[in-house]
Amino acid sequence: MILAPETFQLPRSMSAEAPSADGLYMDIYWFSLVFLVVITAAMLYFIVKYRRKPGVRPERTRDLTKLEIFWTVTPLIFLVIIFHVSFEAYVKNATAAEGAMEIRVRGKKWSWEFEYPNGSREAKELTLPVNKPVKFILSSDDVIHSFFVREFRVKRDAVPGQYSYIAVTPTELGDAQIFCAEFCGTSHSDMLGTVHVVTDEQFRKHLDDMDKMPEVCGDTGKEPCTPALWGRTLFVKNGCPTCHSVDGSKGNAPSLKGVFGTMQPMSVGSDTMADENYVRESILRPQAKIVKGYSNVQMPLFVFKDPQTDALIAYVKSLK
Amino acid sequence: MAAVTTPHTGHHEPDPTESYLGGETGIKSWIFTLDHKRIGVMYLISVTIAFLLGGVFALLVRTEHLSHGRTIMDADTYNRMFSLHGVVMVFLFIIPSIPAAMGNIILPIQLGTKDVAFPRLNLMSLYIYIIGACFGLYSMVHGGVDTGWTFYTPYSSSDPTHGGVGTPAAVLPMTLAAFIMGFSSILTGVNFIATVHKMRAPGLTWRRLPLFIWALYATSIIQVLATPVLAITLLLLTMERFLGLGIFDPHLGGDPVLYQHFFWFYSHPAVYIMIVPGMGVVSEIIATFARREVVGYMFVAMSSLGLALVGFLVWGHHLFVAGMSEYAAMVFSALTFLVAIPSGVKVFNWVATLYKGSISLESPMLWGLGFIFLFTIGGLTGLFLGMLAVDVHLHDTYFVVAHFHYVMVGGTVMGFVGGLHYWWPKFTGKMYDERMARVGFAFVFIGFNVTFLTQFVIGSRGMPRRYYNYLPEYELGHQISTIGSYLLGLGFFVLLVMFIQSLRSGKPAPRNPWGSAALEWQTPSPPPLYNFITDPIITRGPYDYHLATEAELDEGWAELDARLAAPKKPHLAHDKPHTPSNVLASDDESAAKLDRDAEAGKDTTAHPDGKMDDVSPDLKGKQKTDDSGDDGKKD
Repeated sequence: MILAPETFQLPRSMSAEAPSADGLYMDIYWFSLVFLVVITAAMLYFIVKYRRKPGVRPERTRDLTKLEIFWTVTPLIFLVIIFHVSFEAYVKNATAAEGAMEIRVRGKKWSWEFEYPNGSREAKELTLPVNKPVKFILSSDDVIHSFFVREFRVKRDAVPGQYSYIAVTPTELGDAQIFCAEFCGTSHSDMLGTVHVVTDEQFRKHLDDMDKMPEVCGDTGKEPCTPALWGRTLFVKNGCPTCHSVDGSKGNAPSLKGVFGTMQPMSVGSDTMADENYVRESILRPQAKIVKGYSNVQMPLFVFKDPQTDALIAYVKSLK
Repeated sequence: MAAVTTPHTGHHEPDPTESYLGGETGIKSWIFTLDHKRIGVMYLISVTIAFLLGGVFALLVRTEHLSHGRTIMDADTYNRMFSLHGVVMVFLFIIPSIPAAMGNIILPIQLGTKDVAFPRLNLMSLYIYIIGACFGLYSMVHGGVDTGWTFYTPYSSSDPTHGGVGTPAAVLPMTLAAFIMGFSSILTGVNFIATVHKMRAPGLTWRRLPLFIWALYATSIIQVLATPVLAITLLLLTMERFLGLGIFDPHLGGDPVLYQHFFWFYSHPAVYIMIVPGMGVVSEIIATFARREVVGYMFVAMSSLGLALVGFLVWGHHLFVAGMSEYAAMVFSALTFLVAIPSGVKVFNWVATLYKGSISLESPMLWGLGFIFLFTIGGLTGLFLGMLAVDVHLHDTYFVVAHFHYVMVGGTVMGFVGGLHYWWPKFTGKMYDERMARVGFAFVFIGFNVTFLTQFVIGSRGMPRRYYNYLPEYELGHQISTIGSYLLGLGFFVLLVMFIQSLRSGKPAPRNPWGSAALEWQTPSPPPLYNFITDPIITRGPYDYHLATEAELDEGWAELDARLAAPKKPHLAHDKPHTPSNVLASDDESAAKLDRDAEAGKDTTAHPDGKMDDVSPDLKGKQKTDDSGDDGKKD
């Protein structure tokens, strides 16, 4: 943290890749500033010195081929240099280290989902051990998203139908901000997330605890957890409220208020009882049964382990 | 050949001294006109309306950002606002602004000809533009688009009413609008290329072409070669959305990144369609107000062509983080840096032109100098984005937004408004209020920098673009930027009032208010229907201030003005003082030659009927001597 503080122009840097990008940024910044000042100063000086005066004629423009060649070729040399150093840093940053931990990142409207090597999944929040190289394997379930971790200085599009990669090594403890950087629809600007960079020990504990109900959860993260409250936390973290309201108001998808335990009309014409099995199926295989009037909506797939599914069902039950 | 000698068919030959705004009036005389100036004026009005509309969208976007979370509109409305701002500004304003509106009026005059090569095609391009704009309006009132002006697939192409993952908005009419307007752009390009090649006045050699013409020529090449690619791309997109043809949508077996390649193969060169004409305007302004030929004329002219060429090879830099291979990225990064060379050459030469010039700071010059300053910032920040390692962080942030606004607004809009100030007296025959012009400039210049310098900072701090909501830490930056945008809007409002006032009650403009040596200033303001009272013969370049007398430079060609003001009738062959003053004749010989032509009733020298090369041999010989005399240093 002390090594890489936030500056006026750049956010805090938290990865092994960030310093080279930041260094190049500052180099080109100072170069540009000097260049701009010189050009502007010359312009202002000439404007003052050669303001129109009666009887003073402008000097006829002469042929200055040598000067022209000079200011064509000199920048070229400079440009070759900055191209080279920036490409070098880019390639170095694009190559994952041997034995990097692989994290699957799935973008979907409008949430990020992360899958750890042990198969556990988490939405919106990702925990990584410090100083351990990571390889993100990105994909998208619907439209193009772009996975941007501000403090790591990395960004790559998550494109449907193909995989793309980011190699990064977190070097500082703390939280880094995740954005979606490619416009993806209504809630594009809410497709955020956080990377928690923790010690190796904390990371292992996190993996162990992840599929169990935590002791505290809720909006403040400090309330004692119940299955329904944990369900609500998961509901919010996975971006469900962007389509499903819980107060009966109409959205892109059916409101979940008062649904549990009632008969629901389906798009195929029959009615279905909204019981535990129906809710479970609707979460894990959303296309299996579609509520009447919503057959045009494609709910993304979600993968939860049993304790989390139970918690979500408990939450849906609680929505009276 | 489509060129006409009598644009108003069925009418007798008009009075050669009567202004193009006089003569026939009424709506028909405008919508069926074949006069390039009237078509240009209609373009000018259209693009100004588009600019104001796009500006309103911009101010709504900025107002929404006054606070994080909701300020005045919901997310879907915001997404439509920024998309419409982009679509309207790019397709309806910037692309036609300088070439189709200003170029249409000025290009034939600067070439010393009566009209463009294909006047009917010219009118058709305006009609096509209007039809395209109607499609755009239709889309706007039917829900608008929320895809950004880039229409990225599959968001734009996958129709949710058929189970797709894309936007429910009215994408089709908007892509059709852009598709249709593309043809307008192509036709203008074809027309200008033909006109520059075939219709230059006798004596107007390539070496004597105004730099604005060089810029329009380079732009036209891009318009003709790049726009068809956009047309095909948007057509494919339309077919995918409408017919479910799988080209870009991975669910149908397509490749969404392919769309980005296609799109930017047009849209990056299109950046040069936008900026190169602005550079041309600035070259004219700098030369006129420094009373000096732009240093390195041929380098500046060729740098326009250089930009047109290199501009075709750099589209990949929009895809650095889109999943392109690292080595493709390397090639595109290297080529991107090449763009800096011709841009730099222009800036260096403009600044060098000021050296030992005779500079006056009337309002057009303020815009010209403002252009150089802002474009330099726009260009330098392009270096940040060309550097691969730096781009990964800055890509799709407000840094990019600020960068291209410095190029598009700091460049093109400054060039457009500067050109409007510069040529306004010629277009309308009216002067405007110089004090208001300065106030307007100050507001625009300061407002622009407040708006977009701030965006560089929030961008490099990580604020992504196209965000309805944002983290509270970016709020202060957004608020400063919004206040800047209000100043910017106020500045343009002042200018709008100023120009309207000028039309209603402006002082009549002299023929050459700025004391320029360029050809368009040698004809009356506003010019007659056929641009010149008699067909001009060019004996020197547009920037040959050393051939002008001191009185001409100080008092704006007062002597020639007096000569023109005196007679109300067309020139008479033997009436020496009535020698057509639009002719940049620097010696008696060519004037005598002209008189001979007039006497013999010859009218072939600059007719837009394809006989441009039929200049009599003795005239050709004469030109050659002039060349070696006046321009010997450059040959």
